[in-house]
Amino acid sequence: MFNGISDYKYGFSKPENYVFKADKGLFKSTVEMISGHKDEPEWMRLFRLKSYEIFLSKKMPSWGGDLTGINFNNIYYYIKPIQNKARTWADLPEEIKDTYDRIGIPEAEKKYLGGISAQYESEVIYKSIQGELHKKGVIFLDMDSGLREYPDLVKQYFGTIIPPADNKFSALNSAVWSGGSFIYVPKGVRVELPLQAYFRINAANMGQFERTLIIADEGSYVHYVEGCTAPIYSTDSLHSAVVEIIVKKGARVRYTTIQNWSANVYNLVTKRMRVEEEGFGEWIDGNLGSKLTMKYPSVYLVGRKARGEILSIAYAGSKQHQDAGGKAIHLASETTSRITSKSISKDGGRTTYRGLLHVIPTAKGVKSKVVCDALLLDEHSRSDTYPTMRIQSKDVEIEHEATVSKIGEEQLFYLESRGLTPELAQAMIVNGFIEPIVKELPLEYAIEMNRLIQLQMEGSVG
Amino acid sequence: MNQVLQIKDLHVAVVKKPIIKGLNLSLGKSQLHILMGPNGSGKSTLTYALMGHPSYEITQGEIWLNQVNLLPLKVYERARIGLLLAFQNPLSIPGITLSNLLRTAFIEIYGKEAMSIIEFHKLMQTKAKLLDLDPILLKRGINDGFSGGEKKKAEMLQILLLRPQVAIFDEIDTGLDVDALKIVSYGINLLQKEGVCILLITHYQRILNYLKPDRVHIIMNGVIKTEGGFALAKQIEKKGYTYV
Repeated sequence: MFNGISDYKYGFSKPENYVFKADKGLFKSTVEMISGHKDEPEWMRLFRLKSYEIFLSKKMPSWGGDLTGINFNNIYYYIKPIQNKARTWADLPEEIKDTYDRIGIPEAEKKYLGGISAQYESEVIYKSIQGELHKKGVIFLDMDSGLREYPDLVKQYFGTIIPPADNKFSALNSAVWSGGSFIYVPKGVRVELPLQAYFRINAANMGQFERTLIIADEGSYVHYVEGCTAPIYSTDSLHSAVVEIIVKKGARVRYTTIQNWSANVYNLVTKRMRVEEEGFGEWIDGNLGSKLTMKYPSVYLVGRKARGEILSIAYAGSKQHQDAGGKAIHLASETTSRITSKSISKDGGRTTYRGLLHVIPTAKGVKSKVVCDALLLDEHSRSDTYPTMRIQSKDVEIEHEATVSKIGEEQLFYLESRGLTPELAQAMIVNGFIEPIVKELPLEYAIEMNRLIQLQMEGSVG
Repeated sequence: MNQVLQIKDLHVAVVKKPIIKGLNLSLGKSQLHILMGPNGSGKSTLTYALMGHPSYEITQGEIWLNQVNLLPLKVYERARIGLLLAFQNPLSIPGITLSNLLRTAFIEIYGKEAMSIIEFHKLMQTKAKLLDLDPILLKRGINDGFSGGEKKKAEMLQILLLRPQVAIFDEIDTGLDVDALKIVSYGINLLQKEGVCILLITHYQRILNYLKPDRVHIIMNGVIKTEGGFALAKQIEKKGYTYV
């Protein structure tokens, strides 16, 4: 009955069960409808409409990956989530179910990831965490609720780090966003446990056009974790998120993403942090799935002694292109940055490192290190590096290293001669390669990541 | 006599070029056999062919390990039923620590239940000490930045811990100083005592001063040209292979 792309996403078992769905395609009326349906303040409605105009006026990026497969008219831009389960386990493709089993993720999580359950069954944990956060004055909501409950705070920062005009996809997201997270950490407050998107009961987080805004006030600390290593099954062909983070004086924010979209998804995400004096902003970004990912988390170091760090892992298998990297923009003196990128290409997959290091003329005593390493698992795979350096100050210390290596037959033979299967041998080499980044992940993610790599290697060595 | 390793009329070709041309060799339990021969006579080819390297094509003959036909088995299957090779020039694999490799290999060969991780760790430390191998190397990438001597000791450590039925040492003595040579010899004696049968490939008679070989074989042009006892090795050392 509903054969559209997004029908699976939140599930529609019976026609009368759905609450609201916009038509396919993007028109001014679609944007109006989304805003009206959410009962948003006037400024947000205007923001969306302006963004829509910008989206129309901007050309598709001609650099990076091949975007010709995207048809903006064939996408649902808004579907009001239904909380009850609708899709059944049986509807999921076998390979996805199989992967869930083999990674060993819990049943409740499986259903959530597969889109069967709109609620992750961790409501109890969620409530106790919310209680703790509330006592400290920390706000942790989905973005829609954030806008409803804290309109002034949202208005002050929303779209200031990544304006709609930044690029075509940030304009698109600004016009049609739904879901995502809103976090505010007050002055001097340290949130010791990582905040995970899982613990929010709203499935809207997994939406197509989610919008996240994090404000870490002076001297505060927060670690946000999103995504998971298990494949996210989505029938949506386009995922385009925007993540804006403000790191105030002396604050520290770490943002960890592990994403494993199914192989039909275009994953085009804009992520940026503004780091003020003596603040520290970190991106840990793992991209495993999707058809094409274009994602370059960036740090804008605007205050003296601000620090930025970007760790990126990309894995590209058959028919996948991971165009990823990072950007560090040094706008103040004594700022430091470090970009570490590790990519793995296999079965004809393609990885691209694309990075920018920019130091303005007035920034003195700037330090930066960029390391990008690529590992090719076979002859058909490909890796390219595009490191752009725009260094306008003389008072800088810049290091740049890049390596491309291949897994050698002799390395595999050595490990096999110790009783390891070729698959295990290859997985060990790959895990060794990404270890410097994996060790920065929360433990459960690190374990899943290792298992996943092992799974990807199976059946790959002839 | 009960043979552990039997090689019968073995022919091996590399890129269609015959290197081993009808080689016969049999090793019994706890036996130590020495294989000597000039450069290019087929010594290393034999080790790779035994282990099952895909570039070494066995065109004729048989290899048996305890009544198991090795030829249809993959490299890791050969290792699991008890054949291990200590490489002449083991390559380095940064990113996988030596201790991780050892633990993983042990589990693959003997199963998870065979020994707890704590016991295994203790055993690893003890054996490393026995070989005078700095335990810090266990935490480093395999052979990553190891000296020549450390590489040879690390190979020996793997054989000691994984305790195969048959161990092949390809020039484990090359480039070692006297102290390291004694240590490696000690390892070989230890294995022999534990019932492991050993094929040792060497260029030099000097390691034999520390060992009690059961048999010395001379390989030339892909076949066993002659065999004998310790005295044969001494003769070769003195007069060269032209003596054969």
